[in-house]
Amino acid sequence: MSDRFGARDLFREASAGIDARPGRLFLTILGTVLGIASVVVTVGLAQTAAGQIARRFDAVAATQAMASPATTRTADGSQRATQSLPWDADARAGRLNGVEAAGLVATVDVGDATVTAVPVNDPSAPEATSPAVLAGSAGLLDAVRGTVVTGRFFDAGHDERGDRVVVLGTRAAQRLGVSRVDAQPSVFVGERAYTVIGIIDGMQRRTDLLDAVLMPDGTARQDFALAAPEELHLRIAVGAGPLVAEQVPIALAPNTPEVVTMQVPSGGSSVGSDVQADISTIFLALGGVALLIGGLGIANVTLLSVMERVGEIGLRRALGARRRDIASQFMIESATVGLLGGMVGAALGVAAVVAVSAAQSWTPILDIWVVLGAAAGGGVIGLLAGIYPALKAASVEPIAALRGGV
Amino acid sequence: MTALDPAPELPDLVEVPPVVELRGVTRVFPGDPPVHALHASDLVVAAGDYLSIVGPSGSGKSTLLHLLGLLDRPTSGEYLLDGEPTRDISEARRSALRGGRIGFVFQQFHLLPHRTVLDNVLLATLYSGVPRAERRERALAALDRVHLSHRLHFLPTTLSGGERQRVAVARAVVAAPRVLLADEPTGNLDTTNSAGVLELFDELHDDGLTLVVITHDTVVSARADRRVRIADGRLTEVA
Repeated sequence: MSDRFGARDLFREASAGIDARPGRLFLTILGTVLGIASVVVTVGLAQTAAGQIARRFDAVAATQAMASPATTRTADGSQRATQSLPWDADARAGRLNGVEAAGLVATVDVGDATVTAVPVNDPSAPEATSPAVLAGSAGLLDAVRGTVVTGRFFDAGHDERGDRVVVLGTRAAQRLGVSRVDAQPSVFVGERAYTVIGIIDGMQRRTDLLDAVLMPDGTARQDFALAAPEELHLRIAVGAGPLVAEQVPIALAPNTPEVVTMQVPSGGSSVGSDVQADISTIFLALGGVALLIGGLGIANVTLLSVMERVGEIGLRRALGARRRDIASQFMIESATVGLLGGMVGAALGVAAVVAVSAAQSWTPILDIWVVLGAAAGGGVIGLLAGIYPALKAASVEPIAALRGGV
Repeated sequence: MTALDPAPELPDLVEVPPVVELRGVTRVFPGDPPVHALHASDLVVAAGDYLSIVGPSGSGKSTLLHLLGLLDRPTSGEYLLDGEPTRDISEARRSALRGGRIGFVFQQFHLLPHRTVLDNVLLATLYSGVPRAERRERALAALDRVHLSHRLHFLPTTLSGGERQRVAVARAVVAAPRVLLADEPTGNLDTTNSAGVLELFDELHDDGLTLVVITHDTVVSARADRRVRIADGRLTEVA
């Protein structure tokens, strides 16, 4: 009896049962196809979008942070800082783990003084706006990723002594007609002369520095009575954003950390997962509903098929089929229908992801296991949907069944 | 085994059990009042018998067929199929006996409309334990026996009634059953096709197959060696 209704026979009979009604098969799998396709599209687009974000992942944006005093609105509507940063803010922040470079910057109020390369007072010359004058600490250039084009950047010594030296942003240098520093050219702020010791470029986070005349903090305090730094720029390690955001305010204002406002990049992974979460919740829910309907559809049609094939069931029982042979046949039929739906749905889903990506010029990214899993998931749904009809088929009494035809 | 202990090759000493033996079998359908479809009946069908059971409709013919075919269980009494008691065996064992020992031929043919003639015959080999390697060969032989070798890949719907019933007979005999149970085998056939099927039964009988044919048609029952009449649930042997 070893050759009695083996797995091969089971699958052959089940496939013959499906094969007999191709039109119905199409309608049966439709729900599963839509459900599986929407799941694949959802996951695929989320993965593609996440890949897109990762591709645009900007190393500069991810490693740059800034601290500034919290501001408050005054009665006349202007913004005012509630508290100032300490002058040694760069040193305090620089000691923190994850901070690679720190530098202070502040706008210097030069009053009516103009910035010129030559101290000529020509009443007939048209009024021109002067480049801004900013004050910075020695670490600023490194903190904002600036590069020295020629000459050098000022150091802590210049700062301490209040030396009258400046560095120029490339565009400011162009405007002031300074192209080389080996001859120690000077620029005049009002009537004070400052030696230009370098020209700087880069500074993607503070491009206004390109148009500015930058002097050491100490010099600005001495010559223009600069009160407090405005911003603390930090270059941080990748992924250190959350940590820096938590620790820097405490380092700068241990008693009132809330007066320090931090701008830090969020963790790289949380950007992607936020986007993914947005898409996924809605579409996965829709996919789930479609799958549920798909499963019910299969269950319904399989049940209908059992009712129609009562005669066939009776005949098989008369030919020696056990109840479990009948039950497994209908289970396999249902699972196969589900699997077909899963495979068609997964294929359609992949096609949709590719089409959307092509339209958006994205790189489609889709985990192969998601596709295979989705197709297999259709089979599981079919299997579950087949349980009740199969039990129904197994309970058919052969005598009653044989009264009708096949 | 030694020379001193010869194998008992004496068939007339060994009791060959009858293929079908009913011992006081009754079938009562519960109800108010209960319906006695079959009163206590005894019936013995020996190997090689060709028995017909005749009776008007409502006489209990179908009940008897269902009992003989193990499709129904007797209310009381014992039914021995091929010497094996069947009253207390499991449903699975009954299925196995149906597949291996009994071949059915129905009035309505009961062929699967979407499967070819060959597939329909092969269906009976699936559940009866015919070795896979032999199935096709035996199905072809069975179809040859009913003279339908030229219709192997036809669908039943394209065949005549007589041809369909011959396919059903091929399906019934392909698993080499001990007994062939036919329920009104000519009920849906015209005279010519009926004659063809009855001729086939004669051939099968001549080959040694045990046949039990249930019919209300006296022409059909006249072909059998033994006739049993059933009326109001009681069996009487017609001489």
